[in-house]
Order: sequence, then C-alpha cells, then structure tokens
Amino acid sequence: MFAALRCIIVRDLTLALRHRADVLTTLFFFVIVVSLFPLGVGPEAALLKAMAAGVLWVAALLASMLSLARLFADDFADGTLEQILLTPQPLPVLVLGKVIAHWLVSGVPLVLMAPLLGLQYGLEGDALLMLVVSLLLGTPVLSLIGAIGAALTLGLRGGGVLISLLVLPLYIPVLIFGAGAVDATVSGLGAEGQLSLLAAMLVAAAILAPWAAAAALRISME
Amino acid sequence: MAINWFKYASPASFYPLAGRIAPWFGVAAALLFVVGLYLSFFVAPTDYKQGEGYRIMFIHVPAAWMSMFIYVVMAGWAAAGMIWNTRLSSMMASALAPTGAMFTFVALWTGAFWGKPMWGAWWVWDARLTSELILLFLYIGFMALEAAIDDPRRAARACGLLALVGVINVPIIYYSVKWWNTLHQGASIKMSSESSMTSVMLITLLVMAFACWFYTIAVALSRVRRIILEREQRSDWVAELVGGKQ
Repeated sequence: MFAALRCIIVRDLTLALRHRADVLTTLFFFVIVVSLFPLGVGPEAALLKAMAAGVLWVAALLASMLSLARLFADDFADGTLEQILLTPQPLPVLVLGKVIAHWLVSGVPLVLMAPLLGLQYGLEGDALLMLVVSLLLGTPVLSLIGAIGAALTLGLRGGGVLISLLVLPLYIPVLIFGAGAVDATVSGLGAEGQLSLLAAMLVAAAILAPWAAAAALRISME
Repeated sequence: MAINWFKYASPASFYPLAGRIAPWFGVAAALLFVVGLYLSFFVAPTDYKQGEGYRIMFIHVPAAWMSMFIYVVMAGWAAAGMIWNTRLSSMMASALAPTGAMFTFVALWTGAFWGKPMWGAWWVWDARLTSELILLFLYIGFMALEAAIDDPRRAARACGLLALVGVINVPIIYYSVKWWNTLHQGASIKMSSESSMTSVMLITLLVMAFACWFYTIAVALSRVRRIILEREQRSDWVAELVGGKQ
C-alpha cells in the first residue's frame, strides 16, 4: 500500500517536473495577485500591514484552486485514471498520493514564496514566521478539499468555473483561521488557538477527504 | 394491516401520492400564514427594547431555521439515495435545494432590513451572517453542479456527495452565536430552559415556522413531481400518463 502511495507521488512529481511551466504559472499567479493589491488600494504602509495576512491567504486560495483542475484532468484525458481505478490498491490511498504530489508542487512553492511577499507588505519577524507556519498547515487542507471538487467536476463543461463555486465556500474556515493566526501575531496576541484549529482541520481533512474524493472519482468515471 | 412503506419509494407510486397530499399542505400553509401574519402584525405586543421593528423576526427567524433544516434534510435524502440507491431520494434532495436557497436568501435579506435600524448597518461580517452566506453558496454550488451534469444518475450521486460534504457547515452556523462573541444575538428559544419572550410572541413565531414548513413540503412535493416526470420520461407509466391526457 505504501509502495503504491510512493509510486503515485513519485510519478506525479516526475510528470510535474517535465511540465515545469505549469508549476511556475501557478506561482506567478500568486505573486501577481498579491502585487496587485498595493496598486489597487494605495501603498500606505499601515494599511498594507493590516491587509497582509488576508491578501496573502486569499491569493494562496485562488492559486491553489487554479491548479486543481490539473489534479485529475490529464490522467482522465489519457485514460490513466481508468487504470488507476482498476488497480487492486485502495483508491483513497492513491488519491491521497495524488493530493500529496499536488501539494508538493503547488502548495510548497507558495509557502516558500510567501515570506518574500510578506516583506513587501511590511510584515516582519514573528508575523512572517507565523505566515509560513499557517500556510504550511493550511495549504495541504486546500489541496485535500480541492481534490473532492476536482473529482466531482471531472470532465464537465465549464468545470473550471464550477470548481470555484464548489470549493471556495469550503475553503472559508481555513482562510479565517489561517489569516487569523497571522493577524493575531501582528497585533501581539498568541496564535495557538488558530494553529490548533488549522491542525485539527488538517487531520480531519486528511482522514475524510481522500474517501470523499475517491467516491467522487468513481461517480465521475462510471 | 401492515403498510408497505417501500411501495412509495418508487417514483411511479409516489407521483400520484404527492399529487394528492401536496395541495393539502399548500392549503394548510396558506391558512397558517394568514393566522401567523395577523398575529405578528396585530396581536403580538411591541418589544420593550426594539420597538415595532422587531416584528421582522416573525419571518426572519423561521426562514433562518428553514435554511438550516432544509440543508440537513436535503443531505439526509442525499445520504439515503447514496446508501440504498433509491432514485426518489435524490429527487427529493434536488427538489428541496431551490426552496432552501430561497429561505437562506430571505433570512439574509430580512436580516439586513432588521440590522439597519437595530445595529445601524445593512451587513456586518459577524460569524453567523458569514456562515449563513456560506450556506447560500453551498446551495448555489449544489444547484450549479446538478445543472452542469447531463446524466441524471451521475448528477444525483455527485450532488449527494457534495451535500454530505457541505453539511459540516450547518452545525458551525448553529453554534456560531455560542462559539464566537459577535453582534448577532443569541437564541431566545431554548429546549433546556424557559423562553425569554412572551408566550404570544413565541406562539406567533411557531405558527410562522409551521407555515414555512408546510409551504416547503407543498413546494417540494410539487417540484418533485416535475422532476419525476422529467427523469422517468422514458418509462411506460409516464408515457401512459401523458398519453392519457392528450
């Protein structure tokens, strides 16, 4: 089972490395969205510092969502997905493998990029660290929840827009507590509560989401 | 005599049953609305703190209750449809969704009208308002997913799964007033203790809530009849039914 999990992760990572442009597009989307806000609302330092957590988190949400469509679509198009469904390995484990690969490719670069963008918004020290920690806990949840949406909308016309309608409402709790953790740190309060809730969401999503996504895949592939 | 409940799990036998009972629920809803509106405008006393403006509660609170209940009921039907693979269950789920979305919208809209004089703002980003807004998005997502999938069986099962995933949000809305200290007032009616409003207000509220329930049942039943006809259009009994009328 773990061999299958590793096999899927390695395969998806290899595929992602061969299509490096896809990964970079998501990352630059994140950077550009974040950079648009100072132009839109004006560059006052106090305002930017107050907005930083929310803006970075919303941009991370959108970037993560943007890359979701690719999660199953390529495998669906070339028939690999059908073969995956036919293997004797438990499907939720394989889905988990794909989600982990998706997070490594789309989530981790965002986390690494975030402190740099945080600096542009005047965050410093603890707040930057909290930004990284909260994103590190939150982005895997986004990939896990997103997998359900991606599986449900597989092969539908207008799937890209539909996925945002299905997935964004479910992302909201992650956004609230993720951005809340950074805000609490900026204003000098402890963020343990928010971090604990994010960690709890991660555990719950890691257990439940692969099952739901696997069920959704079977529905979509019938 | 033992009643065979499963008989009505078949769309063909449920269709005439729904047709027979839906009008009764409609009539009951209309009567209750008339009584409830009379009570809420002319009988219920003026609130000592909020004046006459509080009367919007009599539609706001039932709508908010319904918006959450309907989602849970819808998710229940969706679960039944996925477990027993009964066609009718998923049809009930999709028949409930538009009414649920409507009540969510009514709750938000009347809440805005209530909030403006009481809080001085149409909208506040407080926990309950925000989670109710998310509920509206969930309903819209459900209906959009259903509309996007052409194959009705796949649509039913995909929407069922989505409804089950989204149902996690409902307890969050329900407890949001308890968990977070926000502007929205807490519950005035509790199972565990005496209600904090006068009995006339409470009765009016309950009459309106029942009116909303009966309205929902009537609308859902007549909507499910349309859905049955649409999804079963290739079956013999529908051909007979439609042919017989021509």
